[in-house]
Amino acid sequence: MRITQGTFSFLPDLSDDEIRAQIEYALGQGWSCSVEHTDDPHPRNVYWEMFGLPMFDLKDAAGVLGEVRRCRETFPGHYVKLNAFDATHGFESLRLSFIVHRPRDEARFGLVREEASGRTLRYTTYERRRS
Amino acid sequence: MNAVDLSAVLGETRVEEVLDQLERELVGLAPVKRRIREIAAYLVVSRARRSLGLESAPPSLHMSFTGNPGTGKTTVALRMADVLHRLGYLRKGHLVAVTRDDLVGQYIGHTAPKTREVLKRAMGGVLFIDEAYYLYRPENERDYGQEAIEILLQAMENQRDDLVVVFAGYRERMETFFRSNPGMSSRIAHHIDFPDYAPAELMAIARLMLESENYRFDEEAERAFDEYIALRMKAPHFANARSMRNALERARLRQAQRLFEAGGAVSCETLMTIAAEDIRASRVFQ
Repeated sequence: MRITQGTFSFLPDLSDDEIRAQIEYALGQGWSCSVEHTDDPHPRNVYWEMFGLPMFDLKDAAGVLGEVRRCRETFPGHYVKLNAFDATHGFESLRLSFIVHRPRDEARFGLVREEASGRTLRYTTYERRRS
Repeated sequence: MNAVDLSAVLGETRVEEVLDQLERELVGLAPVKRRIREIAAYLVVSRARRSLGLESAPPSLHMSFTGNPGTGKTTVALRMADVLHRLGYLRKGHLVAVTRDDLVGQYIGHTAPKTREVLKRAMGGVLFIDEAYYLYRPENERDYGQEAIEILLQAMENQRDDLVVVFAGYRERMETFFRSNPGMSSRIAHHIDFPDYAPAELMAIARLMLESENYRFDEEAERAFDEYIALRMKAPHFANARSMRNALERARLRQAQRLFEAGGAVSCETLMTIAAEDIRASRVFQ
């Protein structure tokens, strides 16, 4: 099951050259990039682990891309995403975030519908055992 | 196509502009300028070779700048970054100047992330390591400098397309540094030595500095400054162009004080002129 989330969730995975171009764009806008990874890609899990500190004052994409590659090597079985943070007053939040690495054996999620009082439906996403 | 016009390559990269600027703005330093022209020519030729499909390994561009303080190492490194950027060997062409403190950490496990962060910031440009010999402290075998050197070496080898490293410092101490780190020395293709300035060159530098700040010497002051240079060169802690800058800074201070005490109306002429007494008040003359 292919997990998608973030800015380019509707696209196939980006190649390294495409990732580089995105980083160049982010740096050109003055955003700072950071790399995060997790073994729990549940859509409600917003707390991914930081891989190193966010990178400030970078001029070139090579530094960020190198960090992405190091993270992939260190955690080949984890999901890795790249974030770009905009520190401008009024934004002060992520402007770009997308998955740059996924494990070969991906997580699988199922959906449970629970019927509550009246005709209310409650939904729960749960992780199915990996095959 | 089996011919390529070298002057066309030169023209399209506009590298001549930078070289001319170097010629104009930097007094003396003839051997340095010659070396930079040589390197530029070499890079233009290897670009031309590549465009004709003549394969060869990408040129190694790491350099060492040796010379006494104030001989223009940082300035030349800045220009070098510009030249390499225009020739397409650096993607961004900025300069990140660091010293030991920026690279070496204070406790175990602190050095590698610190060095790597600096390297990341320098990607696409030039990493200028001032007083590089401080990285290596043989008297302390547990010094973390060695770790920084190893990470630097690795980056210099594997990320040649991403950054150029320039090591700078005093000649003798750099030589000892390279002798004790043979791996470092063999990865640096260009060793450039910055000679000290002659008194006449220092005078020319001082004039350039004054001009850029809209000041000038009167005749008397020029003679006084000549004497000042001769005396200052013998005094301890002489730092070539930097000493000139500081001397002029102090002369400007004294000029302001003199004009202030005299009071009354001042002409533009007076405001621009540094007189002999401003210079002769220096402690070098005592």
